[in-house]
Amino acid sequence: MKALIRITALGIGLLFTLVSFAQSTEQTEETAENQPPNKFAERVQALNGRSFNAKIKAIETLSESKDPRVLPILKAMLDKDQGLYYRKSDDTIVTVEEVEDGLQLTDVLTGEDLGVVGKRDARKIGINNKVRNVLKSAIAVLELGADEKHIRLQSAQNLLKSPDKNLLSLLEERAELEDVASIKHLLEVAIALIKIDSDDQKVRLQAVEVLSSSVEPEAVNVVRKLAEVDEAGTYIEADLKVAELADAKLKSVETKLAMYRATENIFFGLSLGSVFLLAAIGLAITFGVMGVINMAHGEMIMIGAYTTFFVQQAMPNLIEASLFVAIPLAFLVSGAVGVLIERTIIRHLYGRPLDTLLATFGVGLILQQAARTYNSNNVPVITPSWMSSAWAPNGAISFNYNRIYILFFALVVLFSLALLLKKTLFGLQMRAVTQNRPMASSMGIRQNRVDALTFGLGSGIAGIAGVALSQITNVGPNLGSAYIIDSFMVVVFGGVGSLIGTFFGAFGLGVINKLLEPSFGAVVGKILVLIFIILFIQWRPRGLFALKGRFVED
Amino acid sequence: MQHRSILLKVLQTSHGTTLISILAAAIVLVPILNLFVPESSFLHVPTFTVTVLGKYLCYALLALALDLVWGYCGILSLGHGAFFALGGYAMGMYLMRQIGDRGVYGNPLLPDFMVFLNWNELPWYWYGFDNGFFAMLMVLLVPGLLAFVFGWLAFRSRVTGVYLSIMTQALTYVLMQAFLLNDFGFGGNNGFTDFKDIFGADVQSDATRIALFVASGLFLIGAYFLCKFVTESKMGRVLVSIRDAESRARFLGYRVEHYKLFVFVLSAMLAGIAGALFVPQAGIINPTQFEPVFSIEVVIWVALGGRGTLYGAIIGGLVVNYTKSFYTGAMPEMWLFVLGGIFIISTIYANKGVIVGVILSVIAMTIFQPLAQAISEDFYQFILLAVVYAVLFSSAIYFDRLYDLAKSRIAATNWFTNLNQAPHTEEAKS
Repeated sequence: MKALIRITALGIGLLFTLVSFAQSTEQTEETAENQPPNKFAERVQALNGRSFNAKIKAIETLSESKDPRVLPILKAMLDKDQGLYYRKSDDTIVTVEEVEDGLQLTDVLTGEDLGVVGKRDARKIGINNKVRNVLKSAIAVLELGADEKHIRLQSAQNLLKSPDKNLLSLLEERAELEDVASIKHLLEVAIALIKIDSDDQKVRLQAVEVLSSSVEPEAVNVVRKLAEVDEAGTYIEADLKVAELADAKLKSVETKLAMYRATENIFFGLSLGSVFLLAAIGLAITFGVMGVINMAHGEMIMIGAYTTFFVQQAMPNLIEASLFVAIPLAFLVSGAVGVLIERTIIRHLYGRPLDTLLATFGVGLILQQAARTYNSNNVPVITPSWMSSAWAPNGAISFNYNRIYILFFALVVLFSLALLLKKTLFGLQMRAVTQNRPMASSMGIRQNRVDALTFGLGSGIAGIAGVALSQITNVGPNLGSAYIIDSFMVVVFGGVGSLIGTFFGAFGLGVINKLLEPSFGAVVGKILVLIFIILFIQWRPRGLFALKGRFVED
Repeated sequence: MQHRSILLKVLQTSHGTTLISILAAAIVLVPILNLFVPESSFLHVPTFTVTVLGKYLCYALLALALDLVWGYCGILSLGHGAFFALGGYAMGMYLMRQIGDRGVYGNPLLPDFMVFLNWNELPWYWYGFDNGFFAMLMVLLVPGLLAFVFGWLAFRSRVTGVYLSIMTQALTYVLMQAFLLNDFGFGGNNGFTDFKDIFGADVQSDATRIALFVASGLFLIGAYFLCKFVTESKMGRVLVSIRDAESRARFLGYRVEHYKLFVFVLSAMLAGIAGALFVPQAGIINPTQFEPVFSIEVVIWVALGGRGTLYGAIIGGLVVNYTKSFYTGAMPEMWLFVLGGIFIISTIYANKGVIVGVILSVIAMTIFQPLAQAISEDFYQFILLAVVYAVLFSSAIYFDRLYDLAKSRIAATNWFTNLNQAPHTEEAKS
């Protein structure tokens, strides 16, 4: 599976380079007129210098020429699998491709096919880490000229990591031309990172100003370092003026950072809350409508997650679309198991909530052990590429796409469930049974059917939750039991049988958990949350949004 | 006179008396069979078996403690494992201090795991545990105090039923997380082990093991009579009334919280004793005892044996643990299937007693075994079997319906005969 993906990626990459190659050779004809062709060839030849320093020099001179052929050459040089080679017979710089009986050579200058030679007739041009860094920043600067915004952004971010002072003039030129604000800012920071090492005090002060306006980790680190003091309380930095300015600016930078961190924590809290919400909605329904404590709920989630795995096994070529198949299928599978459990076991136990708790716990044990017998380890569920990256508006904060999607997904599920309850006949019947079972029965509502379908609905939603969870956590036999206690806490905190209560309970507990975690650690945070809930139900024994009326008692 | 009449009353129930007589006989017989019968004999009981039996007795004591709160007061605690483990940890701390400088690192003051973590001094909460009397006091006080604080908060705000169960489960879950931490000072994941001495005697020696077995048995019998006394006193009646109709008991003027709190704390202390007796016999205590699964397993011992009968809880604890030992030895992968089956069947057929439950769970196990095997070996066979079981289940549901129908007919006829024959009396109702 993985191999397949790698091969496709490689293929796409290869195609990309080929295309860019083709483009570059087309354009060469115009630009080559301005430049004597030999001079460019000489510069390329210099890449095969004797020392690494000579190579670095060659890379820097090359990147200053406006020739579009430079970028693919440098990229090829950096590429771990490809690399630049030279032909031993005449030192021509070539790229190679391994074929059966040797190496297929291609001239980097002309793109000319130089035929197949033996493996020993061409040699790789060696690079070390220093060369690699220079290459990276040179490529980044060159890519700043790209038309696509995301390539420019990417290269600007790369530049921050390894700014090369020899490329300063080029960078300034690019920053001047750049019209997207965020990329421009990154470039300015990169320039400031180079300028901070200059000897001119004025330039340095300006650089500090720029750096302290940014929250990129590289910039912040430099500012922090400048503002450092030794044990005696004097600045380590020799230039006092620079140090003072950095120190003065540091405070506002730190506040900004703290704010971003808090935002991120709240986001993590909301994300955890959305997971709680998905896991707890089904519980709240079965608990609220039927008075049944479904301890096998976690295992319903597990079934949903395993369904995702099996769907991906069945359609290995359509991983990107697999989730859209898995969601309805998981709902059906978990729902069917739920109905089966309701008809065989829970039916006998109505009116005895504690007994349903025990019986469903037994069901959970059996399902868990069945999964363990199938495969006692975690099964690999693939995250589609559209869910796997992160959205990072700046260097201090980033939001994973999968968490964002799950957050919205949870809200969509909640909303559609609310619609189902409020707008459909089945929802009406369910609410009637929740509020007054005997009366609903006398009105001709078939309790058995409503019960079975309700339990199926709750379990089905758990299955959907399993699909979502399979994208952010390991899928294995213990998946369900990891969430069940938290889900019950949500239900107790929010109030039984109320969707709005579950909503606030889930997000409330999620955010509280994540806000406590940084300062207390995960475990102590959990203990504090439990104490909080125990104290909370002193004040509201039936949760945030309790059902009111006589039927609630006993 | 009063005293004698209570004793008589206690001994009147025949099941309980039989069970206690058997237990007493075992306490006398097992040591004799171990010490005085030659090893070659058929009747000889190996020391290993004595220890295993001793552990069963500790489990039975735990089940008894749970039955006191669940069976007689309706408090379904899913966290009794926590009290058991706390008692065990208190005993474990004493045993760790008794090791002295015989540990791997030879530190006279600090237990090995603290030396390993580079700790320099004993945390304050470890003070005093080198004293046996203090440690035994803690075995009672720590679980009791936790139960008191938790119960006071919970009962005062009238958290009942399912809510209470979930809170107790969260309690033991959180404690497990805490005891898993190395920084908490209780050995983290590994807990305590490698015990050497208990009250000056070698933990490993045969004599100590027999003494521990006898102690477990005596404590169990003692606890049985204590619970019997509590449940058959006037207070016991109030407890049962709280179980059956809490609001009514409150309206009649009983301070429900006080009764509940008393019985909850008493039960937690009994669980703590069970844990303390368990640890030297098991030779280890670690956070697995805090796992919610363990606590809920205890509930099922009681449910299987018969909730609300003290002897039933003891039998349940013994039977389930014997079954567990059997399966985890013979076919470990089957045990959770069996346990799951016991859970389901003992709750559905709660009124039909132990034997039915055991038979049915064995049947359930035999049903699930080929399914479990197929799932790991052949996918199509698994599908086929799943279809077969679906058909079986649906026909079972169908017959179950018929059974229900027949039952309601029988109930109807009974109602008529009752109407004609028996006049309503208080005894008939109960």
